[in-house]
Amino acid sequence: MSDESGHHAYLPRDRSWQPPGLTPEYRSSRLRSPRQPLLRLPTTLSEETGPVFGHALLGPQDDDLIHNYAAAGESALGPRILVHGQLRDQSGRGIAGALVEVWQANAGGRYRHRNEGYLAPLDPNFGGCGRCLSDANGYYRFTTIQPAPYPWPNNPNAWRPAHIHFSLFGPAFAQRLITQMYFEGDPLIWMCPIVNAIPHRQGVESLIARLDMDAAVSMDMLAWRFDITLRGLEQTLFENRSEGL
Amino acid sequence: MARANKPLPESPSQTAGPYVHIGCMPNYSGIEGIYAEDPGRQILDARTSGTRIRIYGYIYDGDGAPLTDAVIETWQADAAGRYPSPQDTRGAADVNFGGWGRKPCDPQTGEFRFATIKPGRVPYPDGRLQAPHITLWIVARGINVGLHTRLYFDDEATANAVDPLLVQVDPQDRVATLIAKSTGGGGFRFDIHLQGADETVFLDM
Ligand SMILES: [Fe+2]
Repeated sequence: MSDESGHHAYLPRDRSWQPPGLTPEYRSSRLRSPRQPLLRLPTTLSEETGPVFGHALLGPQDDDLIHNYAAAGESALGPRILVHGQLRDQSGRGIAGALVEVWQANAGGRYRHRNEGYLAPLDPNFGGCGRCLSDANGYYRFTTIQPAPYPWPNNPNAWRPAHIHFSLFGPAFAQRLITQMYFEGDPLIWMCPIVNAIPHRQGVESLIARLDMDAAVSMDMLAWRFDITLRGLEQTLFENRSEGL
Repeated sequence: MARANKPLPESPSQTAGPYVHIGCMPNYSGIEGIYAEDPGRQILDARTSGTRIRIYGYIYDGDGAPLTDAVIETWQADAAGRYPSPQDTRGAADVNFGGWGRKPCDPQTGEFRFATIKPGRVPYPDGRLQAPHITLWIVARGINVGLHTRLYFDDEATANAVDPLLVQVDPQDRVATLIAKSTGGGGFRFDIHLQGADETVFLDM
């Protein structure tokens, strides 16, 4: 609902759809999850506003992880892929001009990070980060290499499914979201305690990118389609309901 | 025109993991040359209006150990209480203020620090003024959904006492977990406790 102060309430987050804080099978959550109930309140201007990012922020290769850390004339090792999709709100409307940030392991499952000691080698031509802004209809796209699964010390023989981390901004800070994209057909998805923190199977399914042969580039790269939904305004849905009456 | 009345489900959150710095602050993480500057590193510049303040503190886990791998984001109004966002339609905010910051916890000590200005007061939906506050959002390994809280100021006792959000904290003694303590010279200490007797009030807004 809107009032004279310009206030536009966002739909409350559906906590039964989101992972709970405490998911003991994911061990790190045990000491890092609040135990008191969250204070649940309607949004205010502080949550309904958010930072603005423009094209001046972006460098020419920010959306090309194959090349943005590579030496001149070289490129990162691994299967070349295009990742793309639509960023939209809960009304289904595309979110324009949104900052999408991604990070990932290399084609051997190794991150370029001081706390990372996996056996697989670093790729001197792969940094592992990229970003882009969504277009007028909410579409985003970047090119990268397919990351590999990697082991982690959560439990014996624990392996993360191949994934790309996504950080997302909408126009309102209430929409702020960090999530992970998985790849269709990866059997490790269903064994992962981080994935299994998500309560509903359909929720997990919504984080699995689909192979998109229509967007693949012949003799160049395969494509994966990953749509992302951020919180939406209450008002939009109210208007829709009115139309339906 | 027939449209679905039921909202689409929000994409599920997943932890930012231990390597969040690669994507959110690559220069800080040692990956240099891709981004000119890590986004959110500077919240203000020399032209920004307002009283300079410095916020610092730690995020403690359930064992009382400071998190050394977390990232904290900040979002706040300018000194006049306006947000530098087109979503705030009440008038132009300070053009020299972005309002948003992103900082790492120190990898050795866990301390986070950010320099900013004291925000002005912003109205609640019913028109009452909120006390000056900064929105905080914390992500890290082990945090499945980013944790949202607010920082208020101990030198705003009168405004805090009638703040429309703070008066809804139950029990009221937990309000203390949301108040930064002045340490002089524009410094404010704000510690965040994820669990335990001093657990910070986290928000679902
Ligand atoms: Fe990861």
